[in-house]
Amino acid sequence: MRRRHLAIPAIAIAFAFTASTQQRGGGTPNPAGGRGRGGMGMSAYPQRHVDPAAVERGKGLYSVNCAFCHGSDARGGEGGPNLLRSTIVLSDSKGEAISPVVLEGRPAAGMPAFHLTPAQIADLAAYLHSFPVGGRDVARSAPPTIVVGNAAAGRKYFDQKCVACHSTSGDLKGIASKIEDPKALQQTWLMPGGRGGRGAPAVAAPPATVTVSLASGQKVEGTLERIDDFVVTLQDKEGVLHSFARAGARLAVELHDPLKAHLDLLAVYTDKDIHDVTAYLVTLK
Amino acid sequence: MILRISMAALALAVLSPAQGLNPADILKPLSDSWPTYSGDYSGRRYSSLKQINQSNIRQLALAWSTRVTAGLPSAGPGRMGGFGGPAGPPTIVGGEGTGDLNESGGRSNRIVGAVLMVNGILYASAPDNAWAINAVDGQVLWHYVWKTKGGTHTGNRGLGMWGNWLYLETPDNYLVSLDARTGKERWHKPIADLNQQYFSTAAPIVIGRHVLVGTGDDLDEPAFLQSFDPETGDLQWKWFATAQKAGDPGVETWRNLDAAIHGGGQMWIPGAYDPETKLYIVGTGNPTPAYTSGTRGEGDNLYTCSLVAINVDTGKMAWYFQTSPHDTHDWDSTQTPALVDAEFNGKPRKMVMQATRNGYFYVLDRLTGEHLVTGKFSPTVNWASRMDAKGRPVRDPAKDFDIGGALVSPTNAGATNWMPPAFSPDSGLFYLTSEDSYAEYYLTETDPRGAMGLGGKDERGVAVAGTYLTAMDYRTGKIAWRHKYENSRAWGGTNVGHGLLATAGKLLFAGDPSGNFVAYDPANGTPLWHTHLGEVSNSPETFLLNGKQYVLIAAVDMLYAFALND
Repeated sequence: MRRRHLAIPAIAIAFAFTASTQQRGGGTPNPAGGRGRGGMGMSAYPQRHVDPAAVERGKGLYSVNCAFCHGSDARGGEGGPNLLRSTIVLSDSKGEAISPVVLEGRPAAGMPAFHLTPAQIADLAAYLHSFPVGGRDVARSAPPTIVVGNAAAGRKYFDQKCVACHSTSGDLKGIASKIEDPKALQQTWLMPGGRGGRGAPAVAAPPATVTVSLASGQKVEGTLERIDDFVVTLQDKEGVLHSFARAGARLAVELHDPLKAHLDLLAVYTDKDIHDVTAYLVTLK
Repeated sequence: MILRISMAALALAVLSPAQGLNPADILKPLSDSWPTYSGDYSGRRYSSLKQINQSNIRQLALAWSTRVTAGLPSAGPGRMGGFGGPAGPPTIVGGEGTGDLNESGGRSNRIVGAVLMVNGILYASAPDNAWAINAVDGQVLWHYVWKTKGGTHTGNRGLGMWGNWLYLETPDNYLVSLDARTGKERWHKPIADLNQQYFSTAAPIVIGRHVLVGTGDDLDEPAFLQSFDPETGDLQWKWFATAQKAGDPGVETWRNLDAAIHGGGQMWIPGAYDPETKLYIVGTGNPTPAYTSGTRGEGDNLYTCSLVAINVDTGKMAWYFQTSPHDTHDWDSTQTPALVDAEFNGKPRKMVMQATRNGYFYVLDRLTGEHLVTGKFSPTVNWASRMDAKGRPVRDPAKDFDIGGALVSPTNAGATNWMPPAFSPDSGLFYLTSEDSYAEYYLTETDPRGAMGLGGKDERGVAVAGTYLTAMDYRTGKIAWRHKYENSRAWGGTNVGHGLLATAGKLLFAGDPSGNFVAYDPANGTPLWHTHLGEVSNSPETFLLNGKQYVLIAAVDMLYAFALND
């Protein structure tokens, strides 16, 4: 994402939609496991292989003996801790590590002893090891919607703050049909083109442009490819790249960022403003 | 007594003066060599070398470059053999895995950590890989590769050295000791359990007869710093960042003991060491679960997100200062602290300074942990509502996350991250690269018990409003100056800028977002020299060899050494 996608057709209006519904922010979740990946692009902490029949037997045993205290999903319940992150459960292979705790209980912590057979404990272990373990568990249920704001208040805000550049009958007409996911819509109106740095943007934003004035008086204009303390590179209308060394040269460089207003507003919005504007924009089908 | 004498004799036998690294040498201020992660124990990354200086910096030119190749022999292109070209270096293979998971590229071919320079040899590392390189011309002398069993392969911060022995941490949680002369393995010891989703990226820090080893974990497992014997690899002590049993200090800042045990605080970046007090001062990581903190209770969650001072001989904590009470954004406070002796409020003071991922800069008295200054180095930071009487930011719970999204600065990557800062006694300024950034944090976990690990939220980046080379004034906590990188974009991943090197030649070296390697004026951030390398991946270093000062930098799998034109 360090290189901007440059094959953007000429854009006259503020939003050009590429209809991307890709998830942004953190990439594809691992089915289980932590932040990173292991070698060869594989999950760093792959899901364990367990016998489905043992899991079924263990599930029954768990529901009878364990679920009340540790929760039906083993993430903790009435007094019992989360077992999925338990160091004993994680280190266990086939019941050998959890066995002493099951058989002896933890009287000081209020856990009674359970008189289960080694085979039953192995089944319980298989059930516990069938859960994905890690923060990024896509199976977790999410809130039904991110739209929590007041549409009427959002409209008022829009009419005061946004109409100088945008129109619901012009560039934003049907915006909620073009970006159906309210989260993607919110991210997009906050910063079209996605400058958060992760994943593909839902819309392509108009690119920054630059005007370079040479010592000869000649001016070269185009879309900004790169600028740093030493070089400015632009692409002109014909698609030709022009690079200029800045150090020691008498260049005047003028940057034009069409999204500067969006950037400046980030320090101004309240979260309520944002939620309200999104609640309004999702009505623009 | 007898034991003590024999140990001393053994140490003398191992540490022949002509070879290897005498641990006492690391006590010297940073100069000719680079024997530990930060060059010396102070964490200042300030070299007294000044052969290269402001008056001749324009003559700085490439002395040599070299490429390292990760992975098992025969893996990947360039290792086919039989098509001419010089034979590769001897490759030594270790490890307990099958080799199926080893990478020949990716993160395992990326040098982000410190490169040691001892007696003319460089020692570089990446996940599962280590190399010895001739510092005169970049010739690779040997390559060690570890067959991994897995674990998160984010990076490797560098090697530790004691005598002729090197120490490497692996992503599948082993401490591997290598013979620096040959790359042959002496022993390896397990340091954490892979099944508990630990991964080890830190640079071992050798202090006298201790090898200090930190690890990482993104599930909710206990965080510990361990000290191993450099000769035998036996555990000397293990310090936990959170209470592990009833009555342990700090347990009262958690909802219950189970929450404390699973409370995290992983120390994955090396700290600094004060030989006068024998205190190893290290930053602890974020509490876990990182985002949905209900199971942690309402307390401060000690000793996560803190600077802690650990006695290296006993493994006991002398003092702490929490830089991010009850963190809710995975903003660990592991960033390298710098030890500075300087004047403060008209009196000489022994201080420690740290710029943390949450956007704040701290100055403490390092003898006692007394708070002196808090400042903000990223002005957009908006997660704290006020400062408390102890100089700590007080989090605004509305900026944790929201079902509808909370616009928070900075992003999860932080206002800074693992990139080492620098302090120059010449300018009296503390330097770092920083980012003013925003993300929307959406609560996705509906279960009142919360999530585990890093779960429970969807963080979506909104914008990087600016990236900077930033100089902080420790006397006031205010920004002295910032050099803005124009047209700033996210660096990507958890990269928030670059590591820094300050020198007595009145130079400040760092990478920039365009892949330039730059020497700046430490007084004001004006670029004085640069070269374009594509991507600068580790922190600049400098050393003196055969009377010539070199500046060393890694660009992914390339190492570049610069020196003055003769």
